[in-house]
Amino acid sequence: MTDIAANAPGLQARSAPAVSGDRPRDGGRFALVDLSPIAGSASRFGHLAQWRGRALRVGVPLLILLAWQLSSWLGLVAPEVLPPPTAIYAAFVELIVHGDLQEALPVSLTRSLVGLAIGGTAGLLLGLFAGLWRTGEEIFDAPLQMLRTIPFIALVPLFIVWFGIDEFAKIVVITAATIFPMYLNTYAGVRGVDPKLIEAARTFDLSRSQTILHVILPVALPSVLVGLRYAAGVSLLALVVAEQINAHSGLGYILNVANMNQRSDIIIVGILVYAALGITTDLVMRALERLALPWRPNIALD
Amino acid sequence: MPSTDLHILAASGPRDAVELSGVRRVFGERAVLDGIDLTIRRGEFIAVLGPSGTGKTTLLRLLAGLDKADGGRLLVPKTRSVVFQEPRLIPARRVWENVVLGRRGAQARREAAAALEEVGLGAHVDAWPRTLSGGEAQRVALARALVREPGLLLLDEPFAALDALTRIRMHDLVLQLWRRHHPAVVLVTHDVDEAILLADRVLALSNGSWGLDERVEIKSPRDRSDPAFAALRGRLLAELGVRPTIAPLQ
Repeated sequence: MTDIAANAPGLQARSAPAVSGDRPRDGGRFALVDLSPIAGSASRFGHLAQWRGRALRVGVPLLILLAWQLSSWLGLVAPEVLPPPTAIYAAFVELIVHGDLQEALPVSLTRSLVGLAIGGTAGLLLGLFAGLWRTGEEIFDAPLQMLRTIPFIALVPLFIVWFGIDEFAKIVVITAATIFPMYLNTYAGVRGVDPKLIEAARTFDLSRSQTILHVILPVALPSVLVGLRYAAGVSLLALVVAEQINAHSGLGYILNVANMNQRSDIIIVGILVYAALGITTDLVMRALERLALPWRPNIALD
Repeated sequence: MPSTDLHILAASGPRDAVELSGVRRVFGERAVLDGIDLTIRRGEFIAVLGPSGTGKTTLLRLLAGLDKADGGRLLVPKTRSVVFQEPRLIPARRVWENVVLGRRGAQARREAAAALEEVGLGAHVDAWPRTLSGGEAQRVALARALVREPGLLLLDEPFAALDALTRIRMHDLVLQLWRRHHPAVVLVTHDVDEAILLADRVLALSNGSWGLDERVEIKSPRDRSDPAFAALRGRLLAELGVRPTIAPLQ
């Protein structure tokens, strides 16, 4: 009823001036502001912003490369200190042509994958054990929380004393580095499962193992995969550190030799290859998450 | 126990689905349930009313086996299902897998699909829970509860979080499913209308024991505009200590 009265033209005409007359300070209270969309403008502006965004994203790195190259051409930076992008590209081609890179990559990747497999599995099992069983938590959580505060790089000298400077020591470094991200995320994922879901499973007579299999693990999986992604990233970091230990093969070997020969161009190629490995790992892990978690809203397939 | 059995027994004689005597549940100093007796016949639909903190949910959790009583005797059917206020679906499992949680395979899927068909969600068998509306998710929870053919169905304010229109549809659905499967039902609610609309018998707890136990004699389908409905509502509200100040809509 009130709606109809307010919309009646006669009523409005009479009451509007009366209101503003009575309370002049409220005169602006009913002033209209136009919020209606102007046809086309939003999308045109959106397009512009999108293109500007893309241009900047591509343009700025290109400009940096150009400035880098120019500074070398103009003699502002000595090429032994910072070789220009063209020299780095040439070094990359050199490594490919001699077959050094093709030989080194599988060696390094194997190291990091073996370390990740051992450390990741150990972290996963410990995380499940501590997450699912109180006893497991009581046994493992405190020591692991203490150990994880030690930067794994600080352990390298100790590992060299214990395990020597061979392949085994390198794997141990990578393993030690990957256990913790996996453990922490698995543990947090299992503990983070809504107890209400577990309670619901109980009312449907699910056994403990069924509850773990059908409720806890699937719901904790996103967190486990985050742990895996971190662990994979850390395994590359640990690889770089591990390969500083007396490498006879792999990317670290290339870097060591380049270091001794003062070849900063090759060193930079090695760094860029490490970076490329990092990006590739991240992409692979994201793809894996998308495949394994089709139910998640932010990465839905449908 | 198979449901057909239950159905026949419930129809043939006054066999009981739930027998509680002298049930106590104490939290700290306070006896939330202080020697409760309750008998529910097979296939009987009871509603437990009352404001929060009167022990309704405690009673339901005891019946579900989610909580242990501090004393007394509780006999309940072996197969029990609960529908909670929230749907409590596993987000990582498809709708049908949620319905037959813990089971796999073609037979389980068929049963789940049939149960979903019953609650009007036949088209959502393979959907993910997050794609459902609140009402749809709650219907999945109903399907999940009924697919086990429970002897006792426990409803813990299952419609409280739904919008008013969805709630009306859910009331009809619950009645329909109850008539078909005929479990004993305990509905915990604080909505007096809902209790009168659905239940054979309305009870209310006060100070740890039954303050009210009243049979609803209104013929089905029940209509809120029925004078008998309004009279019962008035009486129940008065007994619960609420004095309605606004006349109900006719």
